[in-house]
Amino acid sequence: MSGSIQDTFFEECEDLLEAMDEGLTAIEGGEHDQEVVNAVFRAVHSIKGGAGAFGLDELVGFAHKFETVFDELRSGKLQFDSALIQLLLRSSDHLADLVATARDGGSTDEAHHNVLIEALQKYIPEEEEDLTFEPMGLGGGMGGGFAPAPIIEDKERTYEIRFHPLKEMYGTGNEPFFLFQALSELGELEVKLNDAELPGFDAIDVAESYISWDLTLKSTEGRSSIEAIFEFVEGLCELSISSDSDAADEVNALAALDAAFGTGDDAGPALEPSAPFEAPVPAPEAEPSAVVEEKASSPKAETAKSEQRGPKPTLRVDLERVDRLINAVGELIINHSMLAQQIANLDAGDVRDVETELEGFKNLARDIQEGVMSIRAQPVKPLFQRMARIVREASSATGKTAKLVTEGEATEVDKTVIERLSDPLTHILRNAVDHGIEKPEDREAAGKETAGEIRLTASHRSGSVCIEIKDDGAGVNRPRVKQIAIEKGLIPENAELTDAEIDNLLFMPGFSTAKEVSNLSGRGVGMDVVKNAVTGLGGRINISSTPGQGSTFTIILPLTLAVMDGMVVSVADQTMVVPITSIVETMRGSDDMINSLGADGTLLSIRGNFVPICDVAGALGLRHCNDQPPGVYLLVETETGQRSALAVDDIFDQRQVVIKSLDGVCGNIPGVAAATILGDGKIAMILDPESIIAASPTAAAFDTERRMSNAIAS
Amino acid sequence: MKTKVLAIDDSRTIRNLLAAALEEAGFEYHSAVDGREGVDMYPSVAPDVVITDINMPNLDGFGVIEELRGTGINSKVPILVLTTESAPELKARARSAGATGWITKPFDDQSLIFALKRVTGAAA
Amino acid sequence: MPSQAEVKQSDHEVKHTQYSEFVSFAVAGQAFCLKITQIREIRRWSPVTILPHAPSDVLGVMNLRGAVIPIYDLSARFGLHQTEATERNVVIVVAVHGKQVGLLAESVSEIISINPEEIQDTPQVDSRNTMEYIQGIISHNDTMVRIINLDAVITAPEQVIL
Repeated sequence: MSGSIQDTFFEECEDLLEAMDEGLTAIEGGEHDQEVVNAVFRAVHSIKGGAGAFGLDELVGFAHKFETVFDELRSGKLQFDSALIQLLLRSSDHLADLVATARDGGSTDEAHHNVLIEALQKYIPEEEEDLTFEPMGLGGGMGGGFAPAPIIEDKERTYEIRFHPLKEMYGTGNEPFFLFQALSELGELEVKLNDAELPGFDAIDVAESYISWDLTLKSTEGRSSIEAIFEFVEGLCELSISSDSDAADEVNALAALDAAFGTGDDAGPALEPSAPFEAPVPAPEAEPSAVVEEKASSPKAETAKSEQRGPKPTLRVDLERVDRLINAVGELIINHSMLAQQIANLDAGDVRDVETELEGFKNLARDIQEGVMSIRAQPVKPLFQRMARIVREASSATGKTAKLVTEGEATEVDKTVIERLSDPLTHILRNAVDHGIEKPEDREAAGKETAGEIRLTASHRSGSVCIEIKDDGAGVNRPRVKQIAIEKGLIPENAELTDAEIDNLLFMPGFSTAKEVSNLSGRGVGMDVVKNAVTGLGGRINISSTPGQGSTFTIILPLTLAVMDGMVVSVADQTMVVPITSIVETMRGSDDMINSLGADGTLLSIRGNFVPICDVAGALGLRHCNDQPPGVYLLVETETGQRSALAVDDIFDQRQVVIKSLDGVCGNIPGVAAATILGDGKIAMILDPESIIAASPTAAAFDTERRMSNAIAS
Repeated sequence: MKTKVLAIDDSRTIRNLLAAALEEAGFEYHSAVDGREGVDMYPSVAPDVVITDINMPNLDGFGVIEELRGTGINSKVPILVLTTESAPELKARARSAGATGWITKPFDDQSLIFALKRVTGAAA
Repeated sequence: MPSQAEVKQSDHEVKHTQYSEFVSFAVAGQAFCLKITQIREIRRWSPVTILPHAPSDVLGVMNLRGAVIPIYDLSARFGLHQTEATERNVVIVVAVHGKQVGLLAESVSEIISINPEEIQDTPQVDSRNTMEYIQGIISHNDTMVRIINLDAVITAPEQVIL
C-alpha cells in the first residue's frame, strides 16, 4: 500500500515542482510579494514532508536547506538579490533532479549537490541550524520521542501526579477525561478530584479554572510515557509527577522530553520564536495570515492567484484507457455515418423520425468525442517551465545571458503532442542561445540590452496550436548559411534563393552552422531533426528572421492527434482526405484557366497569378497526368510560401475524420500522411500536400523556373 | 460508532498517508484539500477530531483553528495541527489560537493514533 | 477442454501423434493451406482502398472493425498471375508479426487434419518464390496441398513497402 502512496507522492511532486518553478519564475521577474514566496515555500515544504514519510533522506536534507532559506525570505530576514535568485533557480533544478533520482533510481551529481548546499547554507543564520529534521520511514520506529517511550521496564512504580489545568487549557479542546483514559492504559489509575480551591458559589469566575486532580498511577512504564500523555497540555496546566523511581531515570526522561518539546531552558535561543506569537486570544484580524494579505492585493491579482492555487480536484487515469475511449468514440461516429447511409438507402417510405433521432445520436456522439478528446488536452505550462531550465543551462554553458519569457501557458494541447514537443523545443531553444543570442559585449555594441530575451508563446489559431519561439538575437546569418549549404553540396553554387528559402536551409538534413559541433546544440543533430519531429506530429515549422533583430520559429500543430478536419475529395476513383489546414481555397477550373508550360507542365491562372498545377493522381502514381484533366483545384500553400493547385476529380464535403496511423500497416508512402475510415466503412487516405507537391514534376519544375526568372530579374 | 476524523492538508501524499493509517486503525476518515474547504466541510462531516496542516493555500491552519474556535458550537472539538519538525513557535502559535495538540511530520501510525487517543479518548 | 486433435487421438488410439488442423484454399488454381491457429477470420472480398505506390502484390487496405489492415494478393506474391478480385473471392485474415493482415485467395476449400509425419519437404523446383514461401507439401485426397510459410510471405511490416 505504501508503494501506491509513494507513487502519489511522486505524482504530487510533479505538481509541486511545477508550482515551485512558477513561483520562482515570478520571483525572477521581480514579483517578490508574500503570496508568491509563500507558494514556493509551501511547495518545497510539501516535498520535504512527503519525502520524510518515505525516508528519502537526501531529498529531505536538500529540501530542508532550500526551505529554510525561503523561510528567511518569508519572514523578511533575508532579501532577494539576483545572486540569490540564481541560486534558488539552480536549487530548484537540483531539487527536481533529486525527486527524479528518488523515483527512478540512479544518482545525482554529488559535487553539485554539495556546492549548492554550501551556497544555501550561507544564507541560513547559524542558530537556525539546530532544527534538524529527522526523516522517518513509514510506520517505522516511534514518533519524534513523544510517543510512549519504548523503554520496557519490568519494575512497577507508583507515580503521584498532580494535575491542575489552567483556564487556558479549556480553550484548546483538551479534555482531562481523555488524558486520564490514556493514562489508565499505562497501568492502574486512581483519580481524585480536588475541589478545595473552588470558591464559594458567588465568587466563581466562570472563566477561571479551580479544579485539580490528584492521580495515582501504578505502572511499569517510564516517566517519559506519562509526560508524553500530558504533552499537549504542557504550559496549560500545573503538572507535577513524582515517583518512587531513582533520580537518574527522571533526569534522563526530562532531558528527552525537553529535547522533544523544546520546553526546557537549555533549548535556549536556538528555539526562540522568530516572531512574537504571544497573543493569547485568537484575533483573526490581528493575525498576519496569508489570507488577509491576499485580500489586500489587487482584485485582479487575487483572481489570477486563486485560479492558479485554488484546489483543482483531478483524476489521474491511465492514458491507455482514455485512448481506448477515443477509439471507441471514433468507431461510434463512423458507425453512425454508416447507419445514416443505410437508412438513407432504405426503401422504407417516411424515415424522417428515424433521421431526427439519428441526428440526436450524432450530436451526442460528437459531444462525447469532444469530451474525451479534452481529457487528453493539457496545458503547455509544465513543458514551458521545463524550458526555462534549458535556457538557464544553455546560457551558463555559453557564457551568454538569456532570459526565457513565456506566454499562453494555459493553452491546451494533446498530451502526446506536449510529450513529443519537448525535444524539438529543447533543441530550438538551445540553438537560440547558442547561435541566436549574441555575447553580452556584442549585444551592448549593437545597442541592445546585455541580456537576450527568448519569448516562448503558445496560442490557439483557427483549429491549430501555434508555438512560437522568438529571440532578439542576431538573426540568421544568411550569407554564411548559404555558404555552408553550398560547401556541403546541399544547393548548387549558383542557386538563387529568397531570404525565406535561405532561412529554411537550416531545416535541411546535414546542416549545422556551428563551426565545430558544440556539445550544446550539436551532437550532429540538426534542425532537420526538429522539423521531422514536428511533421511527425502532423505539424509544420517555419522560420522567419530579421538580421540584427532576431529569429522566430513558428510551429503549427494540430489540436489533437486523433481527429482532424479534412476535405473529402475524389482522386482516380478513390476517396481521399486533404487536411483543411493546408487549403487556402478551392475552385472549379475551366479550360481557359489552364496554361501549358514546357513539355508537361501546366499552370493555373488565378486572378492573374500563375500557380503550378499538381495532379494528385499522377503524384500518387494512380494515373498518368494527362489522362483526363481533373476539374477541381485545391489551392495550397507550402512552408516556403509557395502556392500550388492540387488537381482532384471532385470535392465531396468537409468533415472531421478520425486519424488512423498507417504505421505498422505499411511503410512510409510519399504523399500519404495517414488513413481514416469514412462513413461507408471504407478507408480513405489522408494526403500530405507538401510531399505531393514535392513529388510533382510540374511544381518542382515551376519552382526552378521561378528562381531562374528571379535570377534574371535581379 | 467510529470516531470521525476530518483531515485538512493540501498535500495529497500526506492525505493518503493519513487515510491509510486512520482507516487501518478503524477511524472514519474525511479530508479537505485546504483550510477553506475544511471549514466549509466541517458542519456536514461533524468530526470528532480535526487534523489540520498549517501551511495551506486559501486558509492556513491557524485560520482553520480560529474559525472553528470562533463559532461557539465548535469550541470544544479537538484540533491537532500537523507540523514539520518540533517547531516550538508554530506549536505555541497554534496553541494560542486554540489547537489541542500537534502531530509531527513525518508521523508514524503509532504516534498518530497516540495523539488522537489523547484528545478523543478513542483508540479508534 | 480437450482440443480436437486430442479427441481424435483417444478415439482412434493411434500412436502419439499431434494432429494439426489446416485450412486449405485455392490460389491461382493451386491448393494451399495454413494452420487453423494462424487464421483469425475469413471474409468475403469487398473492394479495398488502394495504397499509392504499393507493389503489385499489395492490393490495398481494408477496415476490419476499425483497424486498418493491409491486403495481399497471394497469387501475385507467389509469382503467379495477379488476381482480378471479385465477390466470389475471400480474404483470409491472419495474425503475423503481431499484426493482422488479409490474404486474398480464390476460395476456401475445407479443413483438413494433418499428421506432421505426412508433411513432405518441398521438392526442388525452378521457382525461387515458391521455395521461399512453401514450407512443405502434403497429399490430401490425391491433391497436392502446399503449406504456406507465413513468416516468409509476410515480412515484418516495416519492410513490406519501401
